[in-house]
Amino acid sequence: MKRMIKPSIPEHSDDPRVTVTLTVNGEAVSRTVSVRMLLSDFLRHELGLTGTHVGCEHGVCGCCTVHIDGKAGRSCLTLAVQANGADIRTIESVADADGALHPVQQAFKECHALQCGFCTPGMVMNIVNRFDEPGPLDLTDDGIRDMLSGNLCRCTGYINIIAAVRRAAELMGRA
Amino acid sequence: MKPSLFGYHAPKTLAEAVAILASDADAAVLAGGQSLLPAMNFRVAAPSTLVDIQHVAGLKGITIKDGAITVRAMTRHREFELDADARQANPLVAEVMQHVAHVPIRNRGTVVGSLCHADPSAEVPLLLVLLGGSVVAQGPQGTREIETEDFFQGFMTTARRADEIIVEARFPLLPAGAGWAFDEVTRRHGDFALVGVGCVVALDAQSKVQTIQLAACGIADRPARLKEAEALLAGSSLTPADLDAAANASLSAVSGSDDMHASASYRRRALKALIKRMVIKAAERAHAGALT
Amino acid sequence: MSTRSFGARIERNIDPKLLRGEGAFVDDIPLANPLHVAFLRSPHARARITSIDVTAAKARPGVVAVYTCDDIGPLDMTMPLLIPHPSMKNPQTQRPLARGEVHYVGQTIAMVVAVDRYTAEDGAGLIDVEFEPLPVEMDMAKALKDGAPLVHATVPNNLAAHLVQVSGAPDDAFARAEHVTRITVQVDRSTAAPMECRAVAARWDAVAGELTVWDGTQAPISVRGGLASIFGLDEDKVRVIAPDVGGGFGQKVLLFYPDELLVPMAAIQLGRPVKYIEDRRENFLGSSQERTQIHSIELAAMKNGEVIGLRDSFLHDTGAFIPYGIAVAQVASTSIAGPYRIPNIWVEFKAVYTPTVQVTPYRGCGRPQACFALERAMDQLAEELGLDRFDVRRRNLVGEHQFPYEREGLLFADGLKVTLDSGQYDKALTMAAEALGAKDFAAAQAKARSEGKYLGLGLACYVEGTGLGPYEGGHVRVHPITGKVYVNTGLSTQGQGHDTVFAQIVADQMGVKPEDVIVVEGDTKAFDWGVATFASRAAVVSGNAIHKAAITVRKKTIVAAANMLEVTEDEIELRDSAAWVKGSNRFVPLAAIATASNPLRYAFNEAAQAATQFAPASRHDGPPLADGEAPGLEATEYYSPSASTWAYGVHGAIVEVDPDLCKVTIKKYICVHDCGNMINPTIVEGQVMGGIAQGIGGALYERLDYQPDGNLANASLMDFLVPYATEIPPVSVLHLETPTPLNPLGVKGVGEAGCIAVGAVVASGVEDALKSFGKIKFHHVPLTPTMISDALESVGR
Repeated sequence: MKRMIKPSIPEHSDDPRVTVTLTVNGEAVSRTVSVRMLLSDFLRHELGLTGTHVGCEHGVCGCCTVHIDGKAGRSCLTLAVQANGADIRTIESVADADGALHPVQQAFKECHALQCGFCTPGMVMNIVNRFDEPGPLDLTDDGIRDMLSGNLCRCTGYINIIAAVRRAAELMGRA
Repeated sequence: MKPSLFGYHAPKTLAEAVAILASDADAAVLAGGQSLLPAMNFRVAAPSTLVDIQHVAGLKGITIKDGAITVRAMTRHREFELDADARQANPLVAEVMQHVAHVPIRNRGTVVGSLCHADPSAEVPLLLVLLGGSVVAQGPQGTREIETEDFFQGFMTTARRADEIIVEARFPLLPAGAGWAFDEVTRRHGDFALVGVGCVVALDAQSKVQTIQLAACGIADRPARLKEAEALLAGSSLTPADLDAAANASLSAVSGSDDMHASASYRRRALKALIKRMVIKAAERAHAGALT
Repeated sequence: MSTRSFGARIERNIDPKLLRGEGAFVDDIPLANPLHVAFLRSPHARARITSIDVTAAKARPGVVAVYTCDDIGPLDMTMPLLIPHPSMKNPQTQRPLARGEVHYVGQTIAMVVAVDRYTAEDGAGLIDVEFEPLPVEMDMAKALKDGAPLVHATVPNNLAAHLVQVSGAPDDAFARAEHVTRITVQVDRSTAAPMECRAVAARWDAVAGELTVWDGTQAPISVRGGLASIFGLDEDKVRVIAPDVGGGFGQKVLLFYPDELLVPMAAIQLGRPVKYIEDRRENFLGSSQERTQIHSIELAAMKNGEVIGLRDSFLHDTGAFIPYGIAVAQVASTSIAGPYRIPNIWVEFKAVYTPTVQVTPYRGCGRPQACFALERAMDQLAEELGLDRFDVRRRNLVGEHQFPYEREGLLFADGLKVTLDSGQYDKALTMAAEALGAKDFAAAQAKARSEGKYLGLGLACYVEGTGLGPYEGGHVRVHPITGKVYVNTGLSTQGQGHDTVFAQIVADQMGVKPEDVIVVEGDTKAFDWGVATFASRAAVVSGNAIHKAAITVRKKTIVAAANMLEVTEDEIELRDSAAWVKGSNRFVPLAAIATASNPLRYAFNEAAQAATQFAPASRHDGPPLADGEAPGLEATEYYSPSASTWAYGVHGAIVEVDPDLCKVTIKKYICVHDCGNMINPTIVEGQVMGGIAQGIGGALYERLDYQPDGNLANASLMDFLVPYATEIPPVSVLHLETPTPLNPLGVKGVGEAGCIAVGAVVASGVEDALKSFGKIKFHHVPLTPTMISDALESVGR
């Protein structure tokens, strides 16, 4: 194959850049990125935390769910610059440092609540946050369905995910 | 689906924020971003400037004063939904807010943002219309209060001027002893309402309707008070015939045409059913003679 | 360890990695300084392109290259027709970038490569295209008429394919029938909507002349072959890897999508890795769709309900192109008689071009449509004859003593006549009736009605031809250092748990724990003989190939161990990752046997040292490696099925309908299914439940809304309604295991089982719920509140 002349390619676009300083999974981070960079892309590509997935970029599927200042939120509907000063938690912070699974993750494994795994980080982040909220959990079938609404899964049909939430509550003494 | 380029400001004061808006006719206010960001990602919205008001002083908080629940601009849906004082002051808050999208959206999206977005199928604008509330706008010329009937002007159009920021919304309290109800029909849980109906009713000592407020979303280009139905039901004992008449009188309020999720004729059917159901439910919750 | 792994509900090996967010989907793979692609897509369904001006796009800082059809050299071609068939007269496939005209909204016109996706999208927005819009016809029946606007100038009447198949003597049957039932049914267009959209990344190593492509595809080997051929590279210089893939459901088995050719081309030309990560809007506008069919079906029956003949004529919407041939329509045709004898069949389809996204298989591949037609007709027949719906079905089911049951003249996707091989159809129906409480339902329904509630019972049966050939391979190898067993096959996984089910098959043969079986697939470097993951075939075809290879390796292991332990082969048993002399505690670890089986090794580790403590693995006179022997414990075997094996099932539901809000609530959904022996019942259930959820989507929610001008009005997840958990009812899955006689493992495929019958069940249930209002029929899915409202209005409610 004939070798072509290597094109001259700039390092990045000429978008105005902003410095975003925030805490991610307990670590202080400061990066300079395009002003329009989405938080989802910031986490995945600037920080290399690819566990947060992008399924729709319009806030419907929930695959991109992270915790923003302690609350579950869609990173695709947040600009990185909006997260200036914020405290972000991603799926990578949920298991122990040695890799031991969090009870929610353990419950998913026991209940076959994931197949392709693409929606799973968003599901886990959503459920972990709901369990973080004070007060009793509604662990009826409908209560759990309500908890899961807002996270799409195309593989499992949800039945095992509902069982996993119940099992997680058991493991965490919240049942 | 990435947004097109914009200038970004994160002012610390309201005056700064208003000044930026005044300087750029294509600027947009960014609060929760749950309506704006999807539109920007699809590039159906391309504001030249974003004014991020999350750090503006004085825009947080919910207070009960002067007969209303006052919600400042950066109050998230979920904060409003779970606020103990607000829920007590008007149980419709909890009843309506649980229908707004899904919890992660409610964690970020703001009450005032939803009012400004003015989607005719949205629940928060309906709540304001039902209760006859108001909003407060801050512009370069100063502050003004806008009543709800003047605020919602048409399809996703409000009375907010391009250089104004809505700094708070005021939701009237539920009158003591009044009954309340809200429900909606959607395609999926958390979707926008195909039709939503809310009702507030107070009964006299004979259990007849003393006052009644009825409003619907999803049926026209903005949430609508169902004034004809209210007039028919005032003073009534809420018999099935009364309810039928009120429901039928409301059909002309359905002004939309068929769309992919619902035909106008289905909306009329659902509206009738919801009106009857919500009036009955609200009446059950009302205490007879409470407003004497 | 003595528990049998095959058939056990073990947890999946892959889960911890995925749960921790350590999955590696295409966009997660760290490439050094990649460039990013966006496409300019057609805003018109049909138009001539009169000019394209890319000057402004090229000038945008950060845009590296812009390609139109004139810039891609030999790639400016019509892409391959994957499955030719004589019923297609002049099959049309698309070009990677449109030349001269466009045929659907979303068709790729230009490719922009830039330093990031944001800039690439900016670039696409700066391309100036002048169009002359052309008229469009979206209605299939109208599109077939003379004078209708043509999608392709060279294809008269938009007729892409026409096929009639006949089994038995249907004209006779209709002539002597005592009753004929006729209905017309429609299934609307849907899309797989996997959570991960499509994605392709390519890296060209100019020094080695090697192309590596990461592609979220179900068919890495086929993609590799195509790329090598199209780019003129030796196959061993092209590596295609399907890494973790976020759902496929058939959409990702099609090749080629334009990006699968253009992204590698750009990587080669620009000397930088290039990636295209399809966004959700593009998935709606460019990735395959399916489901639109309109069936006019007739059943010829006797008064006792026996169906002696069937005629079905259907229109199949193939979209603007037909790269996958007639597969969907063909599968629908050959499934049209379901599990019933119906010995006389006439089935015809016309595949029609419409100016829309091309139609290629989506989970079910035509079976849902055929099942909908047949089962709605069976319900209608029962009603017209005054018979019970269960009884009519029971009367017609193929009986156990009738297998193999052949349908001469109906050729399935394997090219052979439909042959139902095994099953207990009647038992499945009985189980379903019991699970639904069918006996007591009439009373429950009447009681509910007296309380102003409307309950209905829905029912449908289905069959599913599975385990398509031509073949798959299995490679098994015991690793001499760890003693773990490595398995490869030519498939890729999109969530079906191959890493675990294939491990279970091998674990039993080799006496190891399933966690110690490492399955690596989806990489042409690991194994490159095979076809793809689709059509419910992985367990059957790869499963059996891997089983054969495991048996061979087991045999070699036992022979070697017997020599090493100086006993006869009968005295050896494999368990706990070692070979044991039965009834003693003498053993040799697998790692040692593997080491010893490679007589050239030095004692470089513990396993090797252990190996030297035993007699040699191979005892004979002559060279260490005898003629015909291979070193190590390794084997590659292939399995080529003689015919498809037919799974089946019965689904049912109790639904409640609110006639004022026109809402359907499924109170209970049951599924009786039989896929032969189950390797892992939990994974099988997962597949079935996932399919049922997609089926519920198709029954009540999912409809691609193409406008009369060809625009897709709901190209987003906001308006294309994929169900959340709140829309899915409690589901019970009941298993029947009737092993198939057609393969050694006795397994049938199950990947598509869940979605086939749901539309029919829901329509059947809603119709039953509302029958007290009048003659209301539901012959169209998805069944929306508006449709229910209209139906009630038509009977004056």
